[in-house]
Amino acid sequence: MKRRDFIQQASAGTALITMGSMGLQSFGTSPKMSKITVLHTNDVHSHIDAFGPEDGRNANKGGVARRASLIESIRQENPHTLLLDAGDIFQGTPYFNYYGGELEFRLMSKLKYDATTIGNHDFDNGIDGLFTQLPHAKFEFITSNYDFSNTIMDTHTKPYKVFKKGGIKIGVFGLGIELKGLVDPAMYKETKYMDPIEASQEMTRILKNDKACDLIICLSHLGYNYRNNPEKISDLKLAAATKDIDLIIGGHTHTFLPKPTIVKNIEGKKMLVNQVGCYGINLGRIDFYFDNDKNKTANGTSIVV
Amino acid sequence: MRFTYLFFLLNIFIFFSCKQQKQHLSKISASKIEITDSLEVNAKIDAFIKPYRDHIDKDLDSVLAYAVDTYSKSDGKLNTALGNLMADAIYSEVNPVFNKRTGKNINAVILNHGGIRSIIPKGNVSPRTAFQLMPFENEVVVVGLKGKRIQDIIDYLITQRRAHPIGGLKLTLDKNFNLVNAKINDKNIDPTKTYYFATSDYLYNMGDNMTFFQPNEGFYKLNYKIRNVLIDYFKKVDTINPVADDRFIQLN
Repeated sequence: MKRRDFIQQASAGTALITMGSMGLQSFGTSPKMSKITVLHTNDVHSHIDAFGPEDGRNANKGGVARRASLIESIRQENPHTLLLDAGDIFQGTPYFNYYGGELEFRLMSKLKYDATTIGNHDFDNGIDGLFTQLPHAKFEFITSNYDFSNTIMDTHTKPYKVFKKGGIKIGVFGLGIELKGLVDPAMYKETKYMDPIEASQEMTRILKNDKACDLIICLSHLGYNYRNNPEKISDLKLAAATKDIDLIIGGHTHTFLPKPTIVKNIEGKKMLVNQVGCYGINLGRIDFYFDNDKNKTANGTSIVV
Repeated sequence: MRFTYLFFLLNIFIFFSCKQQKQHLSKISASKIEITDSLEVNAKIDAFIKPYRDHIDKDLDSVLAYAVDTYSKSDGKLNTALGNLMADAIYSEVNPVFNKRTGKNINAVILNHGGIRSIIPKGNVSPRTAFQLMPFENEVVVVGLKGKRIQDIIDYLITQRRAHPIGGLKLTLDKNFNLVNAKINDKNIDPTKTYYFATSDYLYNMGDNMTFFQPNEGFYKLNYKIRNVLIDYFKKVDTINPVADDRFIQLN
């Protein structure tokens, strides 16, 4: 029955396309070209203040108040902007030791972050410590491979979220690193880690097929690449083993990529993996330009990095 | 029947027509923007941070003690004044807690040289000093080890030839780095006796290749951060004046 419906719809669709060319596109309201700007940070580690003049190679860099003005000016230039973080918001300065992450979350809310995934250090005050700070966060916690159902975080995270900006549907899902051996079990309690590749396959199926997203972004705290441990799952491995992901925004390994890495996915299609170091020293920016399908060129997508 | 079909088709038709056209990703461009001092500070955000910052600064810079000199972990070969201070602070602050909970006493302390993250500069010592020495959240744990297993610790320290902070344990080496003497609490080590070592949870979990804590004769988690141990220690003493001593030395 379902299959029959599909065939009917498909043939109706065909009829429509034929008629569509008869001058009925005037119904369409979408602009000819849309631009989505994705801004991102990772591993900010409670670095709220800028580094001081004596801080070696990081001297005078970073600082939330400066990041705020930068983000504001980019939003003015393009209101269709998404602001994302790839985890490890907590731990690294006395702000965390004194306030347990309250200020980090409040500032991210003021900067209008849309979403983050959860890093291993976000468990540093235990899963209860993370839960306690949730009222200060006006953004989504997206994780697709941590099962929190037996923990206090149950129902407080989402496996994915679809954002709509300028007529474009952006599907975002999130991946966390295996906690065993990295975080004290007393901290993460009954959080269950699930296979990132399997989680990605499920998420991309939902986001691409069911939700018809135009763009799919993975927020990952898996780490960029493990040269000395090639078996370990990383962003590069994940990118090559999956499909339909347009961008992986990574974290954990504090990798300062000069530009995003272009990776061929399992279908041979090019996609991007990016990570911008740590401590709020950099803001990553990726602009996605969308065209109406009728303007589609034979060249596919051009990537300028 | 035919009408139903037509109606259905019409519905789809209208639905599709009014829906936005499918968008096609035509171009991606990327850049990395460095946050530097050339960017304007957002005054609203900065004002929001200020009370938090002021509170922390006031607290972190409160004077707890006075250091008569500058102490660095690179001041000595096998033991340093700074490392000895840290090991001794762990013993003096943690043993009462451990004793109260278990009725037992700590016999020795071992930390790692790499875990000392800064110097103690001459002058006022504050909680900030403790944060700089120990920025990580590591906690003190106590591990029971049979005397015969302590040989592994001794072998590790001899092989490493670094000033890993120790306390309670005394090692003397000859000029060829052979062990001359090993004592715990100034007594010969009894292979059958259980000794209690205080260390960090990081080292207990084999950090810095310290693989000798497992298996063991008991593991005690005290929920006492090393940084807080240092802060509590600085509060108790007025003058910081540690010395390198004979706890781990090489004879000429």
